[in-house]
Amino acid sequence: MSLYRPDLGTEIPRTALTQEAVWAAIRGKHRDLRGRIFEGALLLTLLLSLGVLVTLLVDITGAGWDVLTTRKTEFLTSNLSSIASRAGVWQGLVGSVMVMSFVIILAFPIGIGAAVYLEEYAPDNAATRFLTANIRNLAGVPSIVYGLLGLAIFVLWIGRITGGLSVISGGLTLAILVLPIVIITSMEALRAVPSSIREAGYAVGATKWEVIRSHVLPYARPGIFTGTVLSLARALGETAPLILVGAFTGTFFGASGNLMERLQGPYTTLPTVVFNWSRLPGEDFRHMAAAASVLLMALILVVNATAILLRNRYERKW
Amino acid sequence: MNESGEAMEVDLARGSVEREAGEIGRLIVELPGNHRPSAAESPVVFDVRDLSVWYGPFRAIREVTLPIYQRQITALIGPSGCGKTTMLRCFNRMNDLIPAARVEGTILYHGVDLYEREVDPVEVRRRIGMVFQKPNPFPKSIYENVAFGPKIAGFKGNLDDLVERSLEKAALWDEVKGKLKDSGMTLSGGQQQRLCIARAIAVEPDVILMDEPCSSLDPVATLRIEELMQELVSEYTIVIVTHNMQQAARVSDRTAFLTVDVREDGQRTGILVEYDFTDKIFRNPSDGRTEDYVTGRFG
Repeated sequence: MSLYRPDLGTEIPRTALTQEAVWAAIRGKHRDLRGRIFEGALLLTLLLSLGVLVTLLVDITGAGWDVLTTRKTEFLTSNLSSIASRAGVWQGLVGSVMVMSFVIILAFPIGIGAAVYLEEYAPDNAATRFLTANIRNLAGVPSIVYGLLGLAIFVLWIGRITGGLSVISGGLTLAILVLPIVIITSMEALRAVPSSIREAGYAVGATKWEVIRSHVLPYARPGIFTGTVLSLARALGETAPLILVGAFTGTFFGASGNLMERLQGPYTTLPTVVFNWSRLPGEDFRHMAAAASVLLMALILVVNATAILLRNRYERKW
Repeated sequence: MNESGEAMEVDLARGSVEREAGEIGRLIVELPGNHRPSAAESPVVFDVRDLSVWYGPFRAIREVTLPIYQRQITALIGPSGCGKTTMLRCFNRMNDLIPAARVEGTILYHGVDLYEREVDPVEVRRRIGMVFQKPNPFPKSIYENVAFGPKIAGFKGNLDDLVERSLEKAALWDEVKGKLKDSGMTLSGGQQQRLCIARAIAVEPDVILMDEPCSSLDPVATLRIEELMQELVSEYTIVIVTHNMQQAARVSDRTAFLTVDVREDGQRTGILVEYDFTDKIFRNPSDGRTEDYVTGRFG
């Protein structure tokens, strides 16, 4: 092998750089053994976590399959009952939807409003940072603590208005539970809007309100949507705090009458139904619980899929 | 304010004649080298006097005094950290958006102090537009990008016409007329920057501030923006910050050279070294520091 040197006009033989010598030097020796072990270990952790999940799904679906296929919609539309063959999840579904409505109506606007204030208006000082840090911590407080809070405030203190152990108490408790999550995710979505866009708005003579209304909020919307919808999924799966604020764990008859009376009446939710049935003796109810679990997971999957769809549809690149 | 020593340095750099005369504009008339003939007599738009800007305890620029003339292109050049962008952002009170920023001294805009308590920065920015370093179109349609400013200003006329006129002035109309509903983000970098210029002129400003408008563009797109500036200057006063000395030499009528002054205690502050006709700054600067910078020996 030789190298051509145009400045010298000749070919200089580089004896050391023979083809064999170069080949021997740069040939792959595939010695990265530790790297391969590490890669394998990482793959193992992934398979382990996936394996647990798949086992769970297969087990539950298997256990609930008969109930779902033989009773079909009748399982969805039947009320709770102490007789397994007659019991259905209707009251749980209705309760979950009602409680979710409270979350949407209360936690979303309040949470997004608080996030806009903290991110856009509040001065960046120690007090604001302290507040934000605490909201972050609140998002990590165990849900049972929120259940105790709900019991103390909504059930006992203002029980006259909420009806005590009622839909309203449950809805308010869950709304408070997801509020920190809504605030934090909304703040992050607002922060993701680059400051150059805000400056562009100010530079053509927009007021702060005009910049926020016409630019910051619309551009942060996909992020806010995703965060809030995911927090809804979280609320949908909560059981523990609801048991404290009155979600029925037994059979009951829902209140009739106007909307307010219904809201002040007894209720249960889908995860509470699962909890209830799984405690009852007998194979029948174990299968019922599995079937209700499948339903609950499907519902949460739908909610999460909505969040992902919204994000992909409105996602923006700067 | 810290008188004497620091102020003197700035003024000496610029030639103390101006200080004694007080009327800076009149003396500059006598200097040669201006390539826009009418520029010599043009009125002062901004009269900057002893301008200092602080970010918290850090003083970004110190006691800058200079006039900006109507329908001229004034370039602010200097090494990184000399405060030229900071200074530009004072002209439309963009520094108000930075909580820790504090401005001392005065900027008279047609004789009115921009930092007077009763002055509304929103009204200031409607008259003094800005184009930024990185093109920052709104992630909305091309039409909406241009129409936003007039809309919030309560524009009552024909918005379509205004959008067309603004895009034409920004030399972008021919390229986008068939796709006004497309997102502004789909355009190339140079087109985006011209869209930002169209957006700025749609509100019929008096002044356009440009903060390194070509720094993220390729040479062809840069040339287009420079040509555009030459057209716009017949209607608008333009102040441009640039890192590119050739650009300043090519496009501007007057050039202000700022530099970083490092004090003994390590404090770094931007100061104005020399302000004159662009030809003078590049061919025959009065200050050694200017010469070092424009000949490439420093910065």
